[in-house]
Amino acid sequence: MSHFFLHTTLGLVILTVLECLAILVPLLMGVAYLVLAERKVLGAIQLRKGPNVVGPFGMFQTFADAIKMMTKETVIPSGANRVLFLVAPFLTFLLAMIAWAVIPTNNGWAIADINVGVLYLFAVSSLGVYGIIIAGWASNSKYAFMGGLRSAAQMVSYEVSLGLVIVCVLLVVGSLNLNDIILAQRHVWFCLPLLPMFVVFFISALAETNRAPFDLPEGESELVAGFFVEYSSLAFGLFFLGEYMNMILMSAMTSILFLGGWLPPVGIAPFTWIPGPIWLIAKICFVLFMFIWVRATFPRYRYDQLMRLGWKVFLPLSLGWMVLTAGFLLATGLLPTTTPHAAAIAASAQTPPAVEAAPSEGAG
Amino acid sequence: MHTLLTDYFPILVFIVIAAGVSGAMLGGSLLAGWQKPYPEKVSAYECGFEAFDDARRRFDVRFYLVSILFIIFDLEVAFLFPWAISLGHIGMFGFLSMLAFLGVLTVGFVYEWCKGALDWE
Repeated sequence: MSHFFLHTTLGLVILTVLECLAILVPLLMGVAYLVLAERKVLGAIQLRKGPNVVGPFGMFQTFADAIKMMTKETVIPSGANRVLFLVAPFLTFLLAMIAWAVIPTNNGWAIADINVGVLYLFAVSSLGVYGIIIAGWASNSKYAFMGGLRSAAQMVSYEVSLGLVIVCVLLVVGSLNLNDIILAQRHVWFCLPLLPMFVVFFISALAETNRAPFDLPEGESELVAGFFVEYSSLAFGLFFLGEYMNMILMSAMTSILFLGGWLPPVGIAPFTWIPGPIWLIAKICFVLFMFIWVRATFPRYRYDQLMRLGWKVFLPLSLGWMVLTAGFLLATGLLPTTTPHAAAIAASAQTPPAVEAAPSEGAG
Repeated sequence: MHTLLTDYFPILVFIVIAAGVSGAMLGGSLLAGWQKPYPEKVSAYECGFEAFDDARRRFDVRFYLVSILFIIFDLEVAFLFPWAISLGHIGMFGFLSMLAFLGVLTVGFVYEWCKGALDWE
């Protein structure tokens, strides 16, 4: 049986499909419960109850919403470009999902444990801006257009500092492989030595996902809903779900880059008994709670403040810190010259090729 | 080639499945919902009146500026990725080379700042 799955093409395909479903199904459930959790936490912060009618503690609220949304009419404005109008939510949701292909949930457990994992994540999250700008353009409505422009400008502004923060982490690790980045945090999580960069990354992540206090693209009081004002039914739902999925993704990236991913806080007995995925989920939940907490606490930024923070504060700060990190590592001779992954590749290069055709590591 | 294929094939499968899920949700709602459009419903959203002019009108030139600045700095980040990985091997020479590159970029950045390209009011 295991021979079929690991050594035949069909078996590998089936195995990969199962692995993908093993990521996607919990992810979609996670999104559903994140929506509920946000409403519950916001309610608690504002001394309300939040949704509590559908199911025990409102557990089925999101599913009820989804079914209702599904049966609504998809209104396509007469002036809109019909194809692009429908492509935009499809693309947004698709891009929010595919980034998960490289997220490691335990040592070596990823659907694709590729060497350039960080680059893949960075590329996919950069593409997210297309869905938004296409939606803003295709709607052919003033609010949507303004919202789309604002959102695109905001996302690209914060992406630069996000990239520089990632470069800081890469300097310390010396590898683009996400698993290596986590393994490099065995002794200390990067949120301590790179604390300023952790803060910059978290705030940029808020701006990247268009979350409060940077939710100007959607600004209810000025742009009604920004780029998705013309959307209804599940076409709207896909934007909505995509945004929450991006929040989970950004939290996962924060956990992996700065909070040690699937590693326990300290490598001693009671902590190491808990499996890696649980630690990763716990860290993601913690960062997500911070996202919601920030939303409940801070008022919305003005657009000029938002741009000033991105270009005049974060960009010089992250660039300077990056040069400082590189200089410090070079001066102290702490720069990594080899990584666990590179060492493994070097080792496998010396063994016969039969071993090299190893099965997908996701089988765990 | 073989390892490249086995490394990246799962991503392809994942993209296909994700596209299927996304498409099914969009198509499903198109099928499940009762479609009944009429001229008022499908007109562009505006506060209770007909749209005055085309939505795709002129917009602030600063949006162009931001995108041009983004291209410059994102390209820089793209250069920094391989540099950051190999800094252990290229040592002081590599560090100083990148510092010279960043210095040129910083001069440009300071110029933009002084010219007010980063100001929004």
